[in-house]
Amino acid sequence: MAVTSTLNRFYLLLLAVAIAGGGILYWQVRGRVPSIPANVVVVATDTTGFSGYYLGKPDAPVVITEYADYQCPACQDFDVVQFPDVVRQLIETGQVRWRYRDFPLDGPHRSARLAQHSAACANDQERYWQQHALLYQGQGKWSREDEPSGTFRGYAKQIGLDVAAYDACMISAKYAGRIQASYNEGIAVGVASTPTFLIGGRLYEGVQNSDKLKRLADSLAGAAAGTR
Amino acid sequence: MKYRMGTAVLSLAGLLISAYLWMFKHGYIGTLACGTGGCETVQLSPYSQFLGVDVAALGFLAYAALLALAMLGLQPAWLDRREPTRAALLLSAGGVVFAVYLTWLELFVIHAICRWCVASAVIIVAVFVLSLLDRRRLAHS
Repeated sequence: MAVTSTLNRFYLLLLAVAIAGGGILYWQVRGRVPSIPANVVVVATDTTGFSGYYLGKPDAPVVITEYADYQCPACQDFDVVQFPDVVRQLIETGQVRWRYRDFPLDGPHRSARLAQHSAACANDQERYWQQHALLYQGQGKWSREDEPSGTFRGYAKQIGLDVAAYDACMISAKYAGRIQASYNEGIAVGVASTPTFLIGGRLYEGVQNSDKLKRLADSLAGAAAGTR
Repeated sequence: MKYRMGTAVLSLAGLLISAYLWMFKHGYIGTLACGTGGCETVQLSPYSQFLGVDVAALGFLAYAALLALAMLGLQPAWLDRREPTRAALLLSAGGVVFAVYLTWLELFVIHAICRWCVASAVIIVAVFVLSLLDRRRLAHS
């Protein structure tokens, strides 16, 4: 009888530990995850002084704007395979200034805005392009995750960000409006898929190889020189 | 009985910690509550897997087995049987060896300390000690 009574009290204690532990786990899953809302109302401060993420000399004769989504496989293909050549042949030589714009495809790419926000928070610490590269390189892994913010935080650590500041930025979702503004701009110029490149006022859809981009840049630079 | 009760409570705590770390690794939890920040470094390192299996998953299975053994050993008909204690002793001894290896990795290879991993190491050592004490009780009974 005494044994049964002791055991019953013990089972109650064990149950209490299990419920408390399970509750904490549930709170961790639900409460600490950053969430970046879509379709927010864009206000002036979302775009003041910001028109995209730039790479290259400000006085380059040609600007190429890329509308892309970190969760889009074709965008990853472009970024991993072609973009290093673009950087070497066009951007570092001063021929082209690259402008990257977020264009989240929310339906199939549920983590796109979270990834874009992660890169925006890295930009706060002047490490945008490093986070950008890791997001594309790791796409195969994180795009299968239900909630990849931990993976993105790992990238933030890897590139040497102040993680506490990064966390605060992510939880605040302060760049949701900036991402929405970028998407709205893409819609306004006629972007319908990713990646899409805006070059000399014309849209080029799909992955473009570096040689084609170089020909276009050469042609535009030549035209610009001819009109001077 | 008290040793097996202690083993059950500690195994449940270890089970919850393993679940927490496994959920982080698979993206169900955004960030780990870890003051030093070393938890992510450890959990995202290649050493968070052992022979292709997540270390956290191995921990979860081991603690689940220890919890089941302790609960079995607490059934009135099993209170004085030695099999649950022997099995728990064997399993926790393996756990202690593995915890020493993981702590060595943290200190000398990864150069980061995961507080949750330290907590798990303390738990498995405590379970091992409780199993030793239970074996002594059974030997004297």
